[in-house]
This record gives sequence, C-alpha cells and structure tokens, in this order.
Amino acid sequence: MHTYQDILTSKKSGSGFDPDLIRETFPILKATVHGKKLVYLDNAATTQKPESVIKALDDYYRHLNSNIHRGVHALSEKATEAYEGVRDKARQFINAASNKEIIFLRGTTEGINLVAGSFGRSNVGQGDEVLITGLEHHSNIVPWQMLCNHTGSVLKVAPIDDKGEVILSEFERLIGPKTRIVAIAHVSNALGTVNPVKRMVAIAHAHGIPVLLDGAQAVPHFRIDVRDLDCDFYAFSAHKMYGPTGIGILYGKQSILEAMPPYQGGGDMIRSVTFEKTIFNDLPHKFEAGTPNIADTIGFGAAFDFLNGLDWNAVSHYEHELLTYASEVIGAIPGVRIVGTASDKAGVVSFVMDDVHPHDIGTILDREGIAVRTGHHCAQPVMQRFGIPATVRASFALYNTKEEIDELVRGIYAVKKVFH
Amino acid sequence: MSELRALYQEIILEHNKKPRNFRKLDDASRTLEGYNPLCGDHYTLYLKIENDVVVDISFEGAGCAISKASASVMTTMLKGRTKEEAQRMFETFHKLVTGELTDISFETLGKLAAFAGVSEFPARVKCASLAWHTMRNALDAKSEPVSTE
Ligand SMILES: Cc1ncc(COP(=O)(O)O)c(C=O)c1O
Repeated sequence: MHTYQDILTSKKSGSGFDPDLIRETFPILKATVHGKKLVYLDNAATTQKPESVIKALDDYYRHLNSNIHRGVHALSEKATEAYEGVRDKARQFINAASNKEIIFLRGTTEGINLVAGSFGRSNVGQGDEVLITGLEHHSNIVPWQMLCNHTGSVLKVAPIDDKGEVILSEFERLIGPKTRIVAIAHVSNALGTVNPVKRMVAIAHAHGIPVLLDGAQAVPHFRIDVRDLDCDFYAFSAHKMYGPTGIGILYGKQSILEAMPPYQGGGDMIRSVTFEKTIFNDLPHKFEAGTPNIADTIGFGAAFDFLNGLDWNAVSHYEHELLTYASEVIGAIPGVRIVGTASDKAGVVSFVMDDVHPHDIGTILDREGIAVRTGHHCAQPVMQRFGIPATVRASFALYNTKEEIDELVRGIYAVKKVFH
Repeated sequence: MSELRALYQEIILEHNKKPRNFRKLDDASRTLEGYNPLCGDHYTLYLKIENDVVVDISFEGAGCAISKASASVMTTMLKGRTKEEAQRMFETFHKLVTGELTDISFETLGKLAAFAGVSEFPARVKCASLAWHTMRNALDAKSEPVSTE
C-alpha cells in the first residue's frame, strides 16, 4: 500500500499524476464482478471513495460521535469544530467569500429544491418565467416545474443543438422582462457538455437576473471559483467528488440568502422560539434545520483534502487525455455513434449502437466486469431531443485508465458478437 | 459468457431482428400501452377478442432485445387461445423468468423455454415480462398504461 505522500510526490511520466498510485487508495477498485476485474465507468452516477474518506467516517463514529451546536461537553465541542471545519474547507474549495454562504444539505437535488422553494416562492409569481436549458438533469427541471405549477409561472427552455450545446442566441433571447431566475447545469450528466457558464451568468446578469448553477458534474473535474463565475447559487453533491452519499452543498451569495425565508423549520435554525413568534438563526444555520448529517459532512472534509492534495493541472490534463482517447476509440467502432459532441466536454461518452438497445449492451458489459449506465440518465428531455430512448454512458474519474477504456472497447465487440 | 448465451438465445435474437405480428391492428377490440420507465421500453399491444378467444394479436413499439422478442413470441403463442389459456400461459411465463418454475417440464413450454435464461438476470425480468403484463391487463379490459416500475 502506498501512502498518500507517495502519491503527492510521485512524478511518474513527468505528469505529476500517477493513476496507478491513485488507484491504490480506492479499495473497491480491486473488486471483481462475475469473476472479472471491475472496470468502473459509472462515475457520473457516483464516484468511488478513497481510503481516507472511508476512514474519516469510521473515525467519526469511533471517536467523535455526538450532536453538534448543542452540548457543552467535550465530544460535542469537538464534533462541532470538525463539522464547521468542513464548512471552511468547502468555502476555500469553491472560493466563496464567507462561511455563511455554505449551506450543508443532502445534495444537489436538495440544494435546487431549496432555491426553488425559498427564493422561488418569494420571487417568482403569476406570469413570471423561469429559464433552464435543454440539457438539464431532472433535478434541475422538476423543482422548477413544481414552482411554476404552484405560482402560475412559466418554465422556459433554451434549446440545444445537434452537438448537445446550448444555443446561446436562443438562451439570450429567452431572457425577458418576466424572467426571475435562470438555472443551468455547469456540466451535462447525459452528454458531458461543459456549458460556458461564466458567459451565461454574465448574459443573465446584464438583464438583472440571478443564476443558479447545477455543479453536480463539474466539481469532480475542475476547480470551481464561484466568485469568478459570479453565479448567485451553486449546488453540488459530495458523492460525485469522491465523498460520501447524503451530503452536499448549496452555495448562495450572502445578500440573496439573507433575504430568503427559511426552507424548513426545526431545531438549529432558530434563535428563540415562543408559541407567538420565532426568531430565525443567522446564516448558514437558518437553512440547516434539525440534526444534520454530521458523519458524512466529516467524510466530505476528507474528500476535500483528497482533492486539494492533487496537482490539478496534471489531473485535468490526464482526464482530458482519457476523454479524448475514449471518444476516439469508441467512436471508431463500426455501428457506434457518440451522442453529445460538444467542443468542450468533461468526463462522459454517451453512445448508441445500430440495432442493439443500450439495455442489452449494459447487461453484456456487466458480465465482462464493466459498469456503465444505460438508460435516460435522469435527462429524458435530452433523449427526446436526440430522438432516442436511451444511451450507454461511460463516465470517467481520475482513477480510470486507458487500459480500462480498451476493456470497454473489447466489451462492445463482445456485444457485437452476441448480436452478430 | 455461457449465461449470456443462455439469455440471448438464437430464438430471442431472431425474434428481436424480425419481430412477428409487428404492426397495428386496425380492428383491435383492446389496445394498451406498456412501458418500462427505467430503460425506455415502450410498446402498444393490440388484441382482437371474440367470444373470449384471442382471434388476433399484434404489437408496435421499441425496446431492448429481451422485451421485443418476448412480445413477439407472445403474439405467436396467443393467437387462437382463450382468455383463460392466455392467463395460464402468463403465469407459467412469469414463474419461468423469475426462476420459480418447478411443476412443469420444459417440453410443455414450447418457445417460451427460450426465456429460461432470464431468471439469471434479475434486472431483465421486467423487460421479459413487460408485454405479458400488458397483455394480461388488456384482457382484464384495463385502460391504464402498464408500467413495470
Ligand atoms: C447534472 C446533475 N444534476 C443533479 C444531479 C442530482 O444529484 P444528487 O442525486 O446527488 O442530488 C445529478 C446526479 O445524478 C446530476 O448529474
């Protein structure tokens, strides 16, 4: 077993990043399925967890477990310190201005629901408009639809082109005097498209409209700077960036969060309660009702440490190489068509095959030990846009290798053999 | 690979490529949709029933090889059968794909035997049984689309 230090100091192939060493820190990557070596290419669904994250969870329950923000006893104080320490790591990670702007919640989905429920219900009224794009995950569609149904507002959708890129002129045209909020995926989970979000935020801001970015698929692949992006909200999930499930973050600009009503009521989010009146707590606690997911937050802290320990120029370079290689070799297989060919992509190759349904491909690849996602990827409108029911999606993490992509290609040929 | 071969039998691959009774039935007495939201399999089943006998049956739609072949084989086996026979065949098929078939010898299964391999693939049971569930609901004169989720 290599130590973490080995990895940090490794300079194999001069790139400052060695996937073989990284793999050693992910215990599950040694697993076999159906007697074959696991080739895990379903990272857009959830990434695997490094030893350090698994250990942080274990350590918390062994040595630190207690409720936070409540007790004066030593364990509670230590747990509170650890929990709030992760908030600080998160702030640094996305370069937010203040810890008050970091709200812990279950994940991207809950973050978007919070904004739709709290900001939406107090700022979007009858006849107003919410603008999203044609490549959104259901979690950045349905909360807005629910808001629209509740308030009598209208959901507008900026269309995507045949490459899977948002048509920017249409996006701009759809921002009108009635638009109240814009919500955009930073990276598409179904196609891998990286949206030019900084530009899109600037366009919306030129019209005075706030912007929520769904960062679920962006955080594992590149460094996020919310102040540089100038977005008003940024939502993401720990489990897609090597952290535990059940924890995520909503970033919001302090001035906007201050003006928003609480999303849920309960313990921790109050300053004082009588039966006549409740005075709400300050940010960020105003939005964190009840005992939070302390253990997974602390595991999330270990994931931030893991990512902070990497040379990101090298990681980005490596991931880009992997994606380019995968696109080339998969795209070169006769009868295979890649869906989503945006000029800027991250982490995803979605494809379909002549005469073989994605579900059959998924079953056959699984027997080869290869885990991919097949289906609509919680993005049915994207499938409808391309006139297909489903795709096969191979999605990559920093521990994947070219050899694994070669395995996938061999797997696809095995599919062809079954279906001759 | 052998379990895969057992799943993707020649009969299944062949029916997938050339599905039988794959058309709309203009004089259908029952029409019902069936879909599997997880993978997007989506079919419309047409039945023409006279005096409790399936005098004609057909289907249209798209989906994976297992669901399409299953629908195709089903249509070939049900034509001319009574509602009761169809119901019994549904039960046999269901037991077959869920691995619970013990009381019937494989010879009596006919073409259905091709689907025995499905029981080794729990994630695919829904694919194999989609058309059958749709058929059963259509026989019961239900009008809600069938969803296997
Ligand atoms: C683009 C995108 N948005 C939102 C989500 C929802 O994330 P979660 O399920 O962690 O809340 C996902 C995850 O599938 C995603 O890929």
